[in-house]
Amino acid sequence: MSILHTVNKSAYERNALESCLGHTRPGDAVLLIEDGVISARAGSTAGEKLAAAMAETGVSIYALGADMAARGIPEDKLVDGVKAIDYAGFVDLAAENDAVEAWL
Amino acid sequence: MSSITVDGKEYAVDEEGYLADLSTWVPGIADVMAAQDDLTLTDEHWDIINFLREYYEEYQIAPAIRVLTKAIGKKLGKEKGNSKYLYELFPYGPAKQACRYAGLPKPTGCV
Amino acid sequence: MGDMNEGGSTKKFLYLNRKAPYGTVYALESLEVVLIAAAFEQDVSLAFIDDGVYQIIQGQDTTGIGMKNFSPTFNALGDYDINKLYVEKESLDERGLTEDDLMPLVYEDEDDDWAEKPSIRVVSRAEMADLMQDQDVILSF
Repeated sequence: MSILHTVNKSAYERNALESCLGHTRPGDAVLLIEDGVISARAGSTAGEKLAAAMAETGVSIYALGADMAARGIPEDKLVDGVKAIDYAGFVDLAAENDAVEAWL
Repeated sequence: MSSITVDGKEYAVDEEGYLADLSTWVPGIADVMAAQDDLTLTDEHWDIINFLREYYEEYQIAPAIRVLTKAIGKKLGKEKGNSKYLYELFPYGPAKQACRYAGLPKPTGCV
Repeated sequence: MGDMNEGGSTKKFLYLNRKAPYGTVYALESLEVVLIAAAFEQDVSLAFIDDGVYQIIQGQDTTGIGMKNFSPTFNALGDYDINKLYVEKESLDERGLTEDDLMPLVYEDEDDDWAEKPSIRVVSRAEMADLMQDQDVILSF
């Protein structure tokens, strides 16, 4: 069983990302969307937590490109290891995993 | 939603007569809207309409009347940078009426 | 708001912006209120703290999310005599941002032969706290 977790809140605004990362298992995917992409910016305190989570729990982390662009975050400013994907990639992730869990 | 017809083509407008989709604007829309107000557009009118469209393109808002008069004065000369001049051109309120002709949304909080 | 200008007195208004744009409607609502209230000609300052700093970040492109990009409107604030935009340094730092990541917002100084001057002032958290103490009215978004 693998889960696609979506997080749509900034880590600076709510604890959704923190709680999500505490409930993942190796092989899970975490997709940051809407204000959630703010947490994926390199050099940020939230980004450090993401990097630690990838190293410790073996989750894959993704960020939705359209939401990054709206918030002025270029791909080369993402935390190392976080992958930018488009809407089609979102659909693929949803299909590849057994369930989708939204952290609102 | 009602509409106006320009050169045989229909354009949707909202309940106050503002163009529903500003990307569909063509100059003929301004002429038809003006004719409905018993007004014939002159070069002086077009100066203001074109200015409003340029302002919207750059800033994504229609300027408040105070900002409009100041900017017009700077661009087209001091004698035109006052609300009297603009009201003579657009008696229904320069910002409201000219914005409508220019295909822009109704300006927030101004005449 | 009709008596805001009563007696011709000018009050100090601070608009406190704490939310990122697009994810919620707060940022856009704040900007609209600022533009409308500009007609009252008060002493207006804008503060950007927490995720609010993202409102004035450079290079916003909303074509992919189908929402209006309202960041160009911040460039019009100078026309409305709003030229004090305070950005908190600690909020930038926490988010991996620097002043160079912000839009280069300017205004034309009427009293100085219309010279272009920067509207953005990056301040420390302590300075921001002092700025808040110095206001008559604080509006939060």
